[in-house]
Amino acid sequence: MAEMASNGQTPEVLFWVGCAGSFDERYKAVTQAFVKILNKVGVSFAVLGPEETCTGDPARRAGNEFLFQMQAVANIQVMNGYEVKKVVTACPHCFNTIKNEYPALGGNYEVIHHSQFLQQLINEGKVRLQGGGEFKGKKITFHDSCYLGRANDVYEAPREVIKALDVELVEMKRCRTKGLCCGAGGAQMFKEPEAGKKDINIERTEEALATGAQAIAVGCPFCLTMMTDGVKNKEREAEVKVYDLAEMIAKDMGI
Amino acid sequence: MSILPQLAFLLILGVAGYILSKRIQFLRRNILLGKAETRNDQSENRWKTMLLVAFGQQKMFKRIVPAFLHLLIYVGFLVINLEVLEFVLDGILGTHRLFAPILGGAYTLAINIFEFLAVAVLVSCVAFLIRRNVMKVERFTKPELKGWPAMDANLILVIEIILMFAILTMNATDQILAGRGDEHYVALGTLFFSSFLQPLFDGFSDGALVAIERFAWWFHIVGILAFAIYVTYSKHLHIFLAFPNTWYSNLKPKGEMQNMPEVTNEVNMMLGIPVENPAEPPAEIGRFGAKDINDLSWINVLNAYSCTECGRCTSECPANLTGKKLSPRKIMMDVRDRAEEVGKSIDAGGPGLADGKSLLGDYITKEEINACTSCNACVEACPVNIDPLSIILQLRRYVAMEESGTPAQWNAMFQNMETSFSPWKFSPSDRFNWADKVKEEEMK
Repeated sequence: MAEMASNGQTPEVLFWVGCAGSFDERYKAVTQAFVKILNKVGVSFAVLGPEETCTGDPARRAGNEFLFQMQAVANIQVMNGYEVKKVVTACPHCFNTIKNEYPALGGNYEVIHHSQFLQQLINEGKVRLQGGGEFKGKKITFHDSCYLGRANDVYEAPREVIKALDVELVEMKRCRTKGLCCGAGGAQMFKEPEAGKKDINIERTEEALATGAQAIAVGCPFCLTMMTDGVKNKEREAEVKVYDLAEMIAKDMGI
Repeated sequence: MSILPQLAFLLILGVAGYILSKRIQFLRRNILLGKAETRNDQSENRWKTMLLVAFGQQKMFKRIVPAFLHLLIYVGFLVINLEVLEFVLDGILGTHRLFAPILGGAYTLAINIFEFLAVAVLVSCVAFLIRRNVMKVERFTKPELKGWPAMDANLILVIEIILMFAILTMNATDQILAGRGDEHYVALGTLFFSSFLQPLFDGFSDGALVAIERFAWWFHIVGILAFAIYVTYSKHLHIFLAFPNTWYSNLKPKGEMQNMPEVTNEVNMMLGIPVENPAEPPAEIGRFGAKDINDLSWINVLNAYSCTECGRCTSECPANLTGKKLSPRKIMMDVRDRAEEVGKSIDAGGPGLADGKSLLGDYITKEEINACTSCNACVEACPVNIDPLSIILQLRRYVAMEESGTPAQWNAMFQNMETSFSPWKFSPSDRFNWADKVKEEEMK
């Protein structure tokens, strides 16, 4: 972003990478896949790079409002400094926070989730799919992320993206408004669960596996971790893969 | 005819009205123990939400069987109350079936509809009793329902069944008397459902029938008044509060947490950002987050009083489903019980909020609130738009900011965020390293 700004360029959209997208070994692949799609399509975009910090979501959900606002205000200063208008992110938590919670602190942007962005690119014919590639005809189930679905009523965009791949989309019993959390939201990602009889991601993974799907599609870094761990726990990782939507599209495009 | 019954009726009506108004004041004061919050925006949307969700029962229909049974009771309640209007007028004026001569055939039709609904309510209440006590539907067997809440639920159903029997008995005996030519009673033609009860009373003398008819009449109307008062002590308050509660629904995206402006000022000062109106003295800051009911918004407390403990929230809560202690329904019950406790204490001249107890600690434990994934399943599931998550997050704010009592792993996450601006301990300068691989591939 800094580079583009110093060259007097204004990117069409800021890609908010997020901490998982920057540091998580598995999710970096999603970041890379999404960037490759953007490059291939020729979208004018920028990233903040080292100028980006955590949106503060987990701190806020864990109750630490000071820490949240310290992150938020700093991020808003940076984004407002670059006169950012539109933000796209592959993380529903970042999406929710920037879209819904930054306005109260002076950060007003058009914020969309990468599933919505991908759907737009597909609808506009900018992303041309090859008919599913390795996914063609396969059974795929989509796990709704709470911060995309219930929190922001985005249910159809990710499904449209999957359907564009010419696959058989199978729904879990609990889907859309009734979707079951992966267990990582509300800062749970960063601590062990309380005592109980089962881990939430195992409950959800069992439901996903019960659909007979060969792949589980997600649109959230935390869900990706939780579902991947769940599939490993069930020792099914050889047959059932967990993918982010951007990875599936990039694979189909052969990039 | 003696005007004694009329006087007795007026007296009962007056006493019931007085007790009810006292109870309403008590509930209102308890709800307003919560902090002031204005939520009057988008009034058109609010009316629409109330019409759809409360009046139209929209969210009930996510579960079709209980929704249908509940609908019958709900319609019965609404429609049979029209007949209560006649009861009250008859009671005051000393008349009997005041509207019968005025409405003619339409009256008979109306009474037949009321009878149909009375039977429908009866059947539904029996079905609900079976679901609770015989089938033991899981959400009705959770620990927070043990004792009074389970009893309360059963009592409500039994009272409704008895009240419906009173109507049918009254109609049956009334029509036998009319058939025998007692001029005080009006023959209404066929009353389908109560006619099945008539054989029970065939051999009775006129005097006995009059006694039964009068007893049923008084029982029904006094029963309804007593029930109205009982409701104010019970989870059954939802029959009234569902309406304001849905009107005051949160209409913002469910993922949005409310901002704390008192924190924003401090953060801006720390970051050296000019604060708007710096001359303004800082508003008195009470507590950060919520420890007790007076730290919550009055809408949170209204939510608690509107809860009828159906447990749809808890049955969809991922934490509860996997055996954690958290139950969103219990959160709501705890808020209400604490508000009741404080309210009673104040009325008894006691310490009220300063009784050494608090919502967090004495009612709700950290273990419960820490287990929440903030997934909004409970909020989505609630048929009257109650928001347990809002309360959980306010309690967490208190624990984090006033007690520094968050779990150690969260404290570590906070520390990472303070030092490396990420919840994980990575060097901020490595944030852009993911791009190396993309650049490499593009070079090829």
